Amino acid sequence: MALTDLTAEQAVRAVTAGETSSEELVRAYLERAEHDDWHSFLAIDRDGAIDRARVIDAMPERPPLAGVPIAIKDALSTRDLPTTAGSRILEGFHPVYTATCVARLEAAGAVVIGKTNMDEFAMGSSCENSAYGPTLNPWDVSRVPGGSSGGSASAVAARQAPWSLGSDTGGSIRQPAALCGIVGLKPTYGAVSRYGLIAFASSLDQVGPFARTVRDAALLLQAMVGRDPMDSTSLEWPEPIVLPSAERLDGVRVGVIEELMGEGIEPGVRIACQAALDHVESLGGTLVPIRLPHAHHGLATYYLIAPAECSANLARFDGIRYGRRALDAEDLLEHYERTRGEGFGPEVKRRIMLGTFALASGYYEAYYGTAQRVRTRIVEDFEVAFADVDVLASPTSPTVAFPIGERTGDPLAMYLSDVCTIPVSLAGLPSLSIPCGLSDGLPVGLQLAGPALSENRLLDIAHALETAIGFDAVPAGVAA
Amino acid sequence: MSTTWEAVIGIEIHAQLLTRTKMFCGCELSFGDPPNTHTCPVCLAHPGALPVINREAIRLAIIAGHALGCEISERSVFARKNYFYPDLPKAYQISQYDQPICGPGRFRYLTPDGEQTLGITRAHLEEDAAKLIHLGAEGRRAEAEGSVVDFNRGGTPLLEIVTEPELHTGAAAAAFLKQLRQTLVHLGITDGSMEQGSMRADANISIRPAGTVGLGTKTELKNMNSFTFLERGITAEIARQTALVEGGGRVAQETLHFEPTTGRITSLRSKEQAHDYRYFPEPDLLPVVPDRAWVAEILAALPELPITRRERWMRDLRLTFEDAEVLADPPELGDYFEQVAALAPPKSAANWVRGDLRAQLRERDQEPWQSGVTPDALADIIAMAESREISMPSAKAVLTHVIDHGGAPRDVVAKLGLGAIQDESELMTLVDRLIADNPVQAQQMREGRDKLVGFFVGQAMKATQGRADPARIGELVRERVSAG
Amino acid sequence: MIDEHVTRHVARLARLRLTDAECDRMQAELSAILTYIEQIQELNLEGVPPTTHAIPMENVVREDEPTPSIPSELALREAPEVHGGGFAVPRMG
Ligand SMILES: [Zn+2]
Repeated sequence: MALTDLTAEQAVRAVTAGETSSEELVRAYLERAEHDDWHSFLAIDRDGAIDRARVIDAMPERPPLAGVPIAIKDALSTRDLPTTAGSRILEGFHPVYTATCVARLEAAGAVVIGKTNMDEFAMGSSCENSAYGPTLNPWDVSRVPGGSSGGSASAVAARQAPWSLGSDTGGSIRQPAALCGIVGLKPTYGAVSRYGLIAFASSLDQVGPFARTVRDAALLLQAMVGRDPMDSTSLEWPEPIVLPSAERLDGVRVGVIEELMGEGIEPGVRIACQAALDHVESLGGTLVPIRLPHAHHGLATYYLIAPAECSANLARFDGIRYGRRALDAEDLLEHYERTRGEGFGPEVKRRIMLGTFALASGYYEAYYGTAQRVRTRIVEDFEVAFADVDVLASPTSPTVAFPIGERTGDPLAMYLSDVCTIPVSLAGLPSLSIPCGLSDGLPVGLQLAGPALSENRLLDIAHALETAIGFDAVPAGVAA
Repeated sequence: MSTTWEAVIGIEIHAQLLTRTKMFCGCELSFGDPPNTHTCPVCLAHPGALPVINREAIRLAIIAGHALGCEISERSVFARKNYFYPDLPKAYQISQYDQPICGPGRFRYLTPDGEQTLGITRAHLEEDAAKLIHLGAEGRRAEAEGSVVDFNRGGTPLLEIVTEPELHTGAAAAAFLKQLRQTLVHLGITDGSMEQGSMRADANISIRPAGTVGLGTKTELKNMNSFTFLERGITAEIARQTALVEGGGRVAQETLHFEPTTGRITSLRSKEQAHDYRYFPEPDLLPVVPDRAWVAEILAALPELPITRRERWMRDLRLTFEDAEVLADPPELGDYFEQVAALAPPKSAANWVRGDLRAQLRERDQEPWQSGVTPDALADIIAMAESREISMPSAKAVLTHVIDHGGAPRDVVAKLGLGAIQDESELMTLVDRLIADNPVQAQQMREGRDKLVGFFVGQAMKATQGRADPARIGELVRERVSAG
Repeated sequence: MIDEHVTRHVARLARLRLTDAECDRMQAELSAILTYIEQIQELNLEGVPPTTHAIPMENVVREDEPTPSIPSELALREAPEVHGGGFAVPRMG
C-alpha cells in the first residue's frame, strides 16, 4: 500500500506511531503534485513544505495533524507564497499575511504543499474560468472537475494531496466534490474565519475541506472552526467538532427536497441519489418528502446578491497597491479602466457588471433589494423544513461532470450547475456532498444539509451513510 | 421692484475621533509620521482582509449624539459607499446610509443674543480617506509627475454630522460651528483642529426670495479650514449666487472650492460627474445595537455639557455671556475657574483668571491648570486684594512671584514686605510731606482741579512701593489739601 | 431592456474598459441573465424584510487597542510603482 493510499486520519496515525514521517508523506505527495496531469496546482512549495515537515518530524511530540500535507485553494492568502485567485490581475502577487484558517491548520501541524487552481475569483462552476488554464477531471480528462474549487477537488481525487481547502459561495466546494467523487464540506456561514479568503460574495463565502472520507473532513474542520477576532462574522463555536462514528440512523428524519429530485436532474444522478437514500431506511431512519417553495428562486436571487457584493469586493483591484497595472495610462480613468479591463476575465467582468447594475441608482430596489427579500423567504423555507426533519437531502449537482467547453458559451447554462447547492448557501447552512455512486462511470454526489451549527450531527449522519454506501471507486488514471 | 434674497445654509461636519486606533483595524492613529508606517492588510485593502468595528468609536458617537440632542438609534448599520479614488483603497468607503448611529435632533447652543438651536439631520460613523500627495504641485522634481498615496491617515474614524438647512448667513454658520466644536472638544470626541484637518466643514448653500419657503439649487462649498474662512466662503458664495440670479443666470448644482488667499470660488467639477455611490449594507460587519445599560453608563460618566455649564455660570455665578464663553474653553480652564470661584467671589475669580493670570502665564507659555498657581493660591491673592490687605499692584506682584518661584501668597507678601500700610498716622505723615513737596499741585487742587488727587496717589504709591491703599490715600489727600 | 447606453454607463461605474465587441456581447448576455432573474420580481414580498446576514448576529466589535502595523517596506513591497515611500498613482486627470 502506497503512502498516498492512506486517508489523512490514517496518515496522522502512522506518523504519530512513528511508522512513517511527515517528510516521507510530503515527498510522496509532492511527487504526485509535480506530475500534474490535471493542472490541479498553480504553485507548489517543495522546499518550504519539506522544511516544515522536517521541523515537525523533529518535534518531541507530533502536533494533532502530524505534518500531513495539504493543498490550499489559491483564493486563500498565504504569506510569501504566490496567491492569484486564478486571476491575471494578481499575477506575481505574494501576500504579506496568511489567512486565519491556513494559519490554524499550520499551527495544528498541517504542511501546505501548494496552491490549487480555481475559477477566477471563485466565479464559475467548471474551473474553466482560471486565467491560467482549466483543471481536468481525474475521472475523465475531457471533462471539467467542477468549480470554482476545481483544483482542490481534483488534487484530492488524483491523490496529489490527502485533503485540501476550498471555498464555497454557491456550491464551489460541494459541486466539484460531487464531480470528482470525493467528500466536500461547506460549514455553517461563520464557522471558519474568512480572514484571508479573497472575497467573492462576503455574505455567502465560506471555507471548507475536501477529503476522501467524512471523518477526514471533520478532522480538518476541527482544526479550523471557531471565532476569529479578525472576522466579525465568525462564530463562537458552541462545542468541539468530534470525529463522526455513527453506524445507524435510528430515529433520524431525512427530508428529501422534492423540487430537486425531479425535473432538471439527470436520470443517472437521480437514480444514484435514490439508491443512496434507500440506505437511510435500512439504517433505521425515515425519509420524508419536503418542499422548499422558494428554492427555485434561489438561482435568480443568488445571481443578484453574489454579483452585487463582488462588484464592491473586486473594486480594490486597481493596480495601485499590488497586482498588475496597465502600462502607460494617460490619466487616472484610463489607468483604472485598462488595469481592470485587461486584468479580469470575461466571467468576472460579467458579474461585476451585473452586480454594479443591480446596485445602481434606479435599479437597486427592483433587483438587489428584491433579492434580499427573497433570501428571507428562502431562509424561512429551511426553518420550516428543519422543524420537521434533521437533515435535507438532494443531489449535489444536477449532472455528472460535463465536457470541457460545453457550457462556456452560455453563462446561464453554467449557472444552472449550482441550482441544488445555492439555496443552502443563501440560508448560510452547513452542507456536504458525499460520493454516492457512478453514472456512466462518472461520480455522483449526494448533498446533505442541516440547520445552522449542526455540523456534528450532519457529519455523523453523513458518516453512517458513507459507510453504508461504501463508495470506493478510484479514477482509472489515478490508480498506482 | 427688486427682490431681496435669503440664503439657506446647511453644514456637514467631519470630525476625526480621538480613538487610539483606526475605525476598522488596530493600526495606531498618527500625525506626521513617515508615509505608510501605520498600515496593515486591512487598511491597505489587501485581498482577503476584513474590517472590525472599533468599540470606542461607537462610544464617542453615542456621546456626540447625546450632545447634539439626537436620538441614539436602537439599531444602526454600516454600508459600503462605492467610488474609485486612489485615496480609497477598497474603492468603497465603509460609512452609514439609511441607518445611522444618531438620528434626528436639535443642537442647543449659546450666542451673545441668547440660546439658539439648529436641527441635526443625522450623525454617522465612517472611515477617513488616505492622504494624496501631489508631487508636481510642489514642484519637487520634474520627472516626479503624478501623485503618491500615504495610507497612514486612511481608516481614521470620522463622525459626519449633517445639519438641517436652517442657517442664513456665514456669520451664523461660523457661530454655530464654534459652539459645536467647543462641545465636541469638551467631551473628548475630537481634538477639533481645523488647521490640521481633524475637523472639516462643508456648506450646502442656496438662495431664495426672502419670505418664500422653497429651496433653490444648492452648491456645496468644500473644506474651509477655519471659522473665518467658513464665514468668508459662505458670504462670498451667497454674493456670487445673488449676482448670478440677479443677472438673469441660474445656479448650477456643483461642488465648489473657496480659495482663502484670493477670496475666489472655483468649481471642482471632475471628469466623473455622475456619482452613483451604490450604497448597500456592509456584509462584512454586523448591525450595532447599543445595549441600553451600556448607553446609560456612558452618559452617566459624561462631564457637564459646555452649554449647561455656561448657563449655570451665567445664572448662579452671574457671569456675563462673554466671561462664560471665554472661561468654558478649553474645558480645563473651566475646571480651574470653578475651583477658584468656589473659594473667591465668582466675578473676581473670572476677572483674575481671564485677565492677569492668563496674561502673565501666556508670556511664559503656560496654562493656568498646568501652572504653579493653584486655585487655592489664586483665591488667597484675590482675598487679600479684596480686603485691601495688599494693594492691587502688590497683588499682581505676588502673583508674578508665585508663578516664578512658587510659595504660598501670604508668605510671599511677608517675605517681600508687600503688606499694605495700615497705620493711619504713617499715611498721614506721608500725605502731608507730599503736599509740602508739591505746593503748586496742592494749590491747583484747592482751586478745584480735583483730578490732581491721582497725581498724589501716584506719588504715594511710588514712595511706598505700592504698599499704600490708593483709595485711602485719595481720601486723606482731599482732607489735608482742603485743611491746608 | 438593457441597452448600449446602460451597458456603457455601468462599465464606466465599474471602471471596466470594454471593446465594442465586448460591449455588444456583454449587453446581450446581461439581458439574457436579467430576463431569467426578473422572475423574482413577480413574487409578493410585501412586508418581507431584507436579509443581509443569514445567520443573525450583532454588536461584534473590538477594543480600541493598537495591534502592530506592518513595516512600510512590506506595505510597499507588492506595489507596481513606488515614489518616496508612497504608492505612485498615475496622473490625476
Ligand atoms: Zn491598519
